[in-house]
Amino acid sequence: MIPLWWYLVVAALLFCIGLYGVMARRNAVAILMAVELMLNAVNINLIAFWRYTDPADTTGMAWAIFVLAVAAAEAAVGLALIISIYRSRDSVVAEELDTLKY
Amino acid sequence: MSEELLTVFTWLTPAGPLLTFFVIILLFNRFKTLSWVLAWLGILSSWIFGWTVAFNIIGDFFENYEHLVENPTVVASSIAWIPAGTFQQWLRIGVAADALTAIMLIMVPFVTTGIFVYSVGYLRWGEGRGVNPVKGKPNHDGIDPLFSRFFAFMSLFAGAMLLLVVADDLLLLFIGWELMGLCSYLLIGFWYARTYDNPEATPPRKAAVKAFLTTRIGDVFMLLGIVFFYRVFGTLTFTDAFTAESLENAVNLIGVGLIAVMVLLLFAGTVGKSAQWPLHVWLPEAMEGPTPVSAVIHAAAMVSAGVYLMLRLFPLVAVAIDTVPQAGIIIGGIGAFTAFMAATIAVTQNDVKRVLAYSTISQLGYMIAAIGVGAYIAAAFHLITHAFFKSTLFLGSGSIIHGMEHGAEHVHDHHTDPQDMTNMGGLRKKMPFTFWTFLIAGFALSGFPIITAGFWSKDEILAETWFEGGQGEVLAFIIFWALVIGAFLTAFYTMRQISMVFLGNSRTKLAEHAQESNRFMVVPLVALAFFAVTLGWGGIPEDFPIFGPILKENFFHEFVGTTVEATLEELAELGVISGGIEAIPTNNFPLIASITVALSGLFLGWWVYGRKSLETGQQDPLVRPLGPLYTFLFHKWWWDELYQKVIIQPTKTFSRKVVYELVDKGIIDGTLHLIGRSVFRLGYYMKRFEEVVITGGVDWLKDQVLSLAQEFRTIQTGRIQEYILVSVLIGWALIVVVLLINSGVLDGILN
Repeated sequence: MIPLWWYLVVAALLFCIGLYGVMARRNAVAILMAVELMLNAVNINLIAFWRYTDPADTTGMAWAIFVLAVAAAEAAVGLALIISIYRSRDSVVAEELDTLKY
Repeated sequence: MSEELLTVFTWLTPAGPLLTFFVIILLFNRFKTLSWVLAWLGILSSWIFGWTVAFNIIGDFFENYEHLVENPTVVASSIAWIPAGTFQQWLRIGVAADALTAIMLIMVPFVTTGIFVYSVGYLRWGEGRGVNPVKGKPNHDGIDPLFSRFFAFMSLFAGAMLLLVVADDLLLLFIGWELMGLCSYLLIGFWYARTYDNPEATPPRKAAVKAFLTTRIGDVFMLLGIVFFYRVFGTLTFTDAFTAESLENAVNLIGVGLIAVMVLLLFAGTVGKSAQWPLHVWLPEAMEGPTPVSAVIHAAAMVSAGVYLMLRLFPLVAVAIDTVPQAGIIIGGIGAFTAFMAATIAVTQNDVKRVLAYSTISQLGYMIAAIGVGAYIAAAFHLITHAFFKSTLFLGSGSIIHGMEHGAEHVHDHHTDPQDMTNMGGLRKKMPFTFWTFLIAGFALSGFPIITAGFWSKDEILAETWFEGGQGEVLAFIIFWALVIGAFLTAFYTMRQISMVFLGNSRTKLAEHAQESNRFMVVPLVALAFFAVTLGWGGIPEDFPIFGPILKENFFHEFVGTTVEATLEELAELGVISGGIEAIPTNNFPLIASITVALSGLFLGWWVYGRKSLETGQQDPLVRPLGPLYTFLFHKWWWDELYQKVIIQPTKTFSRKVVYELVDKGIIDGTLHLIGRSVFRLGYYMKRFEEVVITGGVDWLKDQVLSLAQEFRTIQTGRIQEYILVSVLIGWALIVVVLLINSGVLDGILN
């Protein structure tokens, strides 16, 4: 059987890719996608720990589904915001959206 | 072949194209040649696996017919999908193969492979980069800049369809179903940057959104149906749910009325996917995609999926239409109405692809009507033959457009529409392969008697509806006549199209300089056209004069019948339904009607359009005799305008007036503004509080400190010696204190 830490390594890598994306990408849509990657990394952890520690209970699964639902809602709201921003400012580049500075 | 190996093959059938998608997208997006080779290999693997499974089942049929009838599902294998806690088996996904799967597994990989071969030529592989290629626009003089992406999406499309075909449960089927919805969106909008000068025309971008949203309406109902299905049967697996006992239990549990509701919910998915009225509006606009995509959507996948779903669910559908006549009326009525309506629209369209699009809607209507009257095999038969001749027609129309575009390049005319049939004419000599294959497939579509496949399948549907009508069902009678009129119109518009495109004189410079397409496009045309004719011979009724006795048995009927025969007979024995499926006696009336309308339609089409070639700019000969009816048909019965007025505009108005202005601006923003104003007010009072209490208090404190300082400043004398004196005194005092502590003199006092 595949040991638990393999999953954790995959999740950690995925999380790092997501984190890199959030910090390095300029396009707000890409940033949102990177956030989703991070959430999915968390999901892998949740599922992996659930499967390896207490598979008779469905807590891990339920949490993962919770995260999925929240992520979907977040994506919907986020994309709506991005579209709205694009309409008013003709740009989705994150660093150009700096009206709130100082 | 061993059962284990067959099971593995069934699982592997959709795997190749699905894998190809990821490989191309992730690794080889930049390598165009490699992309199409990979896509071919992917679909070839499906072909090999699919045909092995299919021909094994056909082998079983010939070797041991009785056994296949008793055990129609040759392969069935499933795994637990999301085992959770104590619910280890609550949802299973798996694959199965029976006779229905087998005929689909023969058709889908074959047609798709033909389309894949054709696509290589259609997207101009091997013609150089071209001058100034733009991503997302058709490239007229070189390879499409998004060539690899196209093959990746097409592979995913083919894989999704095969997944749906082999699926043994609604879950896996739904996954394939939705994947196809996504692929159709991606591929219809493949030329996303394309725009038109005409504001009436729909650009691909919008067509893609429309297709996705329209089918989505059906999918939502279908999902409800799936949930209902799970609630009633406790499983989504067909092989478990569709046993006679399980169906009887379901009927006893919720009654036939709710079974009918379930079927109609699932049928709503079919209405969306198979473009039946009232959700047919997306299909003509799906023509905005590249032509191979249209061929896939219209023949091998997507729209076939809707009919396939109804066939897959047929034991359930049979219970519903047998016990609740209204269910049959709704399904058959929608099918027949769609078949008739779309055929009338096709008569007036001038875009070479739109005629075919409405023709597809119409032919799907035939299948749905057949299901509505319980003609399971006739629907399946027409589905298969239609896939072959319609894919030939679509690929042929793509070849025509290519030829016309070649002419446009030659004469440097980029304003004449190369898809408009009024700009064509006389292409017969210039594009011989396209002409002959188009003619063959067109005749098959028209139901040209005896030789073509379309005749046999359409005749079977007409015979079944006639037979049902003869049983005293008035609706089947109406359906029969709607379908007969539809068949006449089909023959008429097919001949109109052939005449306008291929016969007579060239009406524009484009048509004069048109040229036959390259070999990548011609070879699949020929292969598919061959089957467009011969395939029908597999379904000739036994007691048909001359041909029936030669073939001895109606292979298609017997073979596909094995899928549901045993179940339906058991159901009939249990008294749930009134009867199983049986071969109906050949009746001469529908046969004669079918032959008459096909031939007269073809003749009339030729007489109006082909006898005397249309002149350049000449009005359609039907405009004057039909008058306002022509306008009505030309505008597609005004369905789009009606939906705009009744659904889309009110929704937009509701969104703007109620949701945006009232709820958002009024209630939500109003609440926020109220909070904002309250906080502002609060801030004002806090400011006053600060001014009076805090500032006042601090000022008072400051004054006190200042006056105290005034008192104490006097100790600062400014004389250096005084400071030194004070320092020395403090130093001495500290030393004394330290010494006293160390010597223990103060111990008594401190303690």
